[in-house]
Amino acid sequence: MDKTNQNRFMKYLRTDRLPNIFCPGCGNGIVMNAFFNGMERAEIDFDNLALVSGIGCSSRVPGYIKCDSLHTTHGRPIAFATGLKLANPELDVVVFTGDGDAAAIGGNHLIHGARRNIDLTVICINNSIYGMTGGQISPTSPTGSYGSTAPFGAVEKPFDLSELTKAAGATYVSRWTTAHPVQLANAIKAGLQNKGFSFIEAVSQCPTYFGRKNKMKTAVSMMQWMKAESITKRRAEKMDVTDLKDKLIVGEFQNKNEAEFTEQICKLIGDKCTTGKPSSIKSAFKED
Amino acid sequence: MITINEDLCKGCNLCKEFCPLKVYEESKIPNKKGIHVPCPKNENKCTKCGLCILMCPDQAIAVDDKDED
Ligand SMILES: Cc1ncc(C[n+]2csc(CCOP(=O)(O)OP(=O)(O)O)c2C)c(N)n1
Ligand code: SF4
Repeated sequence: MDKTNQNRFMKYLRTDRLPNIFCPGCGNGIVMNAFFNGMERAEIDFDNLALVSGIGCSSRVPGYIKCDSLHTTHGRPIAFATGLKLANPELDVVVFTGDGDAAAIGGNHLIHGARRNIDLTVICINNSIYGMTGGQISPTSPTGSYGSTAPFGAVEKPFDLSELTKAAGATYVSRWTTAHPVQLANAIKAGLQNKGFSFIEAVSQCPTYFGRKNKMKTAVSMMQWMKAESITKRRAEKMDVTDLKDKLIVGEFQNKNEAEFTEQICKLIGDKCTTGKPSSIKSAFKED
Repeated sequence: MITINEDLCKGCNLCKEFCPLKVYEESKIPNKKGIHVPCPKNENKCTKCGLCILMCPDQAIAVDDKDED
């Protein structure tokens, strides 16, 4: 392809791995774009970035990005990222996770990361289903939605991940959808700039499983649905609770300053702290 | 100038649907992979807002900033 007219995010991608493995119209790629956009505007040094993910389609995102990354076990990215950040307080550590990865098997790591207010930016791609393993119901699947483990509709109430992490102590929390890529990028920018635990919930489409099982066969119809069902937090505050049933409230839920975990640990261990010292990690992407 | 990388496009049509100025149209003829890659038929209407670049899940769209006129 003509190099002079290349996609503007191509410089961040491992081009030898493309095209990506995601299904046509999957939201994972849109969240990736929003991340690059937010990262550029937060003026994050791409060489100082480490991406951590668990298991799932959403967790494959860091595999396409040309920087240091850790693809860890299912549900554990926040645990690995905690260790990485504590050993290298100067790194910008970002976690890519899914609703299954972060809220089912990894639910405890999520709430304890938030409780500690450790300086991580967690981007949770919430597609309300387990995509990778074939459309099983996840902790965020809406009541009544169909999945391969809920042929008669899900009976349980879903988690509201933004409210959950806010209550657990995260100092920055925002929720947007892939139909709001600009607002999502703004939220990622703010999350990267926040010194503390930032949780960005990116409500996304899995047309292959959630869409097909819930009468929305295409990515376009899923995104139109997300757009139509979204209400900004400011508008929702003025509305009656009954009118908000089944609506998706989007916006910023938390943005405050509080003592950060790594800094407190550094204070405690004095000159043994590695802040300001060379990284303990040898980058796979930097020349010797 | 708008360029669509045919090796990356999977034909999801999100660009066609979400471009505020309806620049894209679905092509009638499938490419060698059987994908109907959208074509920027109404490119003259493009304001280079960049929304399609953010919306393309496959990083297949490039919009050149340089003004030709
Ligand atoms: C310990 C363990 N248990 C279960 C699995 C199977 N598994 C792989 S991905 C996944 C769920 C992924 O869902 P989510 O995080 O929502 O990601 P998505 O694929 O929807 O993006 C499960 C249960 C696993 N890989 N490891
Ligand atoms: S199965 Fe769903 S989440 Fe996984 S790549 Fe396909 S559309 Fe995306």
